[in-house]
Amino acid sequence: MITRKDVEYVAELARLEFSEEDKENFTKTLNDILKYAEKLNEVDTEEVPPTAHILSVKNVFREDRVRPSMDRDKILQNAPDSDKGCFRVPRVIE
Amino acid sequence: MKLHHMTVSQVADRIRKREISSEEVTRYIIDRIKEVDDRVGAYITVTEEQALAKAREVDRLIGEGEALADIAGVPMALKDNMCTEDIKTTCASNILNNFVPPYSATVYSRLDRAGGVLVGKTNMDEFAMGSSTENSGFKKTYNPWDLQRVPGGSSGGSAAAVASGTAFFALGSDTGGSIRQPAALCGVVGMKPTYGRVSRYGLVAFASSLDQIGPITRDVTDCAIVLNHISGYDEFDSTSVDLDVPDFTRSLKGEIKGLRVAIPAEYFAEGIDPHVKNTVMAAIKDFEKLGAVCEEVSLPHTEYALAAYYIIASAEASSNLARYDGIRYGYRAEGFKDLKDLFVATRSRGFGDEVKRRIMLGTYALSSGYYDAYYKKAQKVRTLVKQDFDRVFDGYDVVVCPTSPTVAFKAGEKTHDPLQMYLSDVYTIPVNIAGLPGISVPCGFVDGLPVGLQIIGKPFDEGTVLAAAYAYEQNTGHNGARPQI
Repeated sequence: MITRKDVEYVAELARLEFSEEDKENFTKTLNDILKYAEKLNEVDTEEVPPTAHILSVKNVFREDRVRPSMDRDKILQNAPDSDKGCFRVPRVIE
Repeated sequence: MKLHHMTVSQVADRIRKREISSEEVTRYIIDRIKEVDDRVGAYITVTEEQALAKAREVDRLIGEGEALADIAGVPMALKDNMCTEDIKTTCASNILNNFVPPYSATVYSRLDRAGGVLVGKTNMDEFAMGSSTENSGFKKTYNPWDLQRVPGGSSGGSAAAVASGTAFFALGSDTGGSIRQPAALCGVVGMKPTYGRVSRYGLVAFASSLDQIGPITRDVTDCAIVLNHISGYDEFDSTSVDLDVPDFTRSLKGEIKGLRVAIPAEYFAEGIDPHVKNTVMAAIKDFEKLGAVCEEVSLPHTEYALAAYYIIASAEASSNLARYDGIRYGYRAEGFKDLKDLFVATRSRGFGDEVKRRIMLGTYALSSGYYDAYYKKAQKVRTLVKQDFDRVFDGYDVVVCPTSPTVAFKAGEKTHDPLQMYLSDVYTIPVNIAGLPGISVPCGFVDGLPVGLQIIGKPFDEGTVLAAAYAYEQNTGHNGARPQI
């Protein structure tokens, strides 16, 4: 059972904020979904290994060759704010 | 037959023989989009000028006698979560409403090189999270068979475009059924290839261990044609598999005598609409008439797949969507106090409710103290779901079952109950969990609404899936109907 306080804590981790009304809504729907997920506890998985994805590939390496990357100006065209070829962000050091 | 109802192979043939130019076909489709898409709502962006320029280029090459690919000059659409260089790619999200990718997804580069003519980017549930396309941040899409109903989702725009004759084929992406379920609800063919068959480079990530791109088409032949073009290893996606890609059209023989077909009992249990069940049972009888050996089997962990999926997919999504922070691209909120406030304001205003719900669920499932109880548990159940299929495929060639438990539902019917909406994908999700190829083909109607038949195959055995689908389609004629719009 998750509480409104849990919702506030998880929202902080996920960098989200909610109105009081939304907090109530999310507490309810998340509880519904988690209650449904409790179903998984019916299954004995003691000896079962987890599957992260279904391919057998592990680490995939390639030669470290020098090659051109994307055009900087073209990338910065999508930036909300940029300056002198860099992404511009609010001051982070007082 | 009206031009907009033709298949890819029919229209490409006419273009190659110069009975009609690609420019004429493209102009016709653009006009048709203008005529019907204000009612259907399949498109977010229509790329009229680029499409006509591309069509003229294909016509010029044909005029010069170049040997062109089998999709050259044919108008196509892409779901708006596939990056298209210099063409807006939004994921139907306000957080990407102004994003113009500096590069193209591999699938688009390949289709473009083969002469495909992109006419537009299609609507979807925001970040592909949903089963009705109602979670789009921009607009609603309606089912061409009944404009009061949803087209399914999340690739609802792509399925509605192919069904309503505003593209000859489209690509969708499928994380838990997002190609097959809308294809079923719109009466077209949709295939999710094996995980690793098609490059995901340039596909905006939702749940990286489950996402796969695939074709939405009017018949099985077109599905094989499009799959040929998009399949294969890509050095930009290390999860794409370096296996030879057969010519899938050579699997289309129309003969399935002796094919071993497994019918999973769990897919016909409670929750399925009885009329949908009868329609699918009739399709299984058709398989028997064609000489296939159909036997009931059990996939005992089916009922746990949906719960495992929502934990795994949400966990991966919460991690993938951390990148939307208002710094490098996309929307940035105004009026922030500091950097953290910029992140919070941008994400809270940029994402819609369902996306926030999944980020919250995923963050919770991965958070300290809950990781083992939810995420690890779900991954273990994933193993069991996959082993169920492995066991069945020891003795059978394909699994045949319904694609979705119901026909298209009314717009607004399930938007207030996330769990009810999730249940719409209960028969498609296990296929993603196990990474298998699956196709949905039309198999009849209930009250004038299409029903989809799902055929699931062994890993990298799309050929057998297509062979079974083709034999069924050719011998029953269930692919001919088109909506009146």
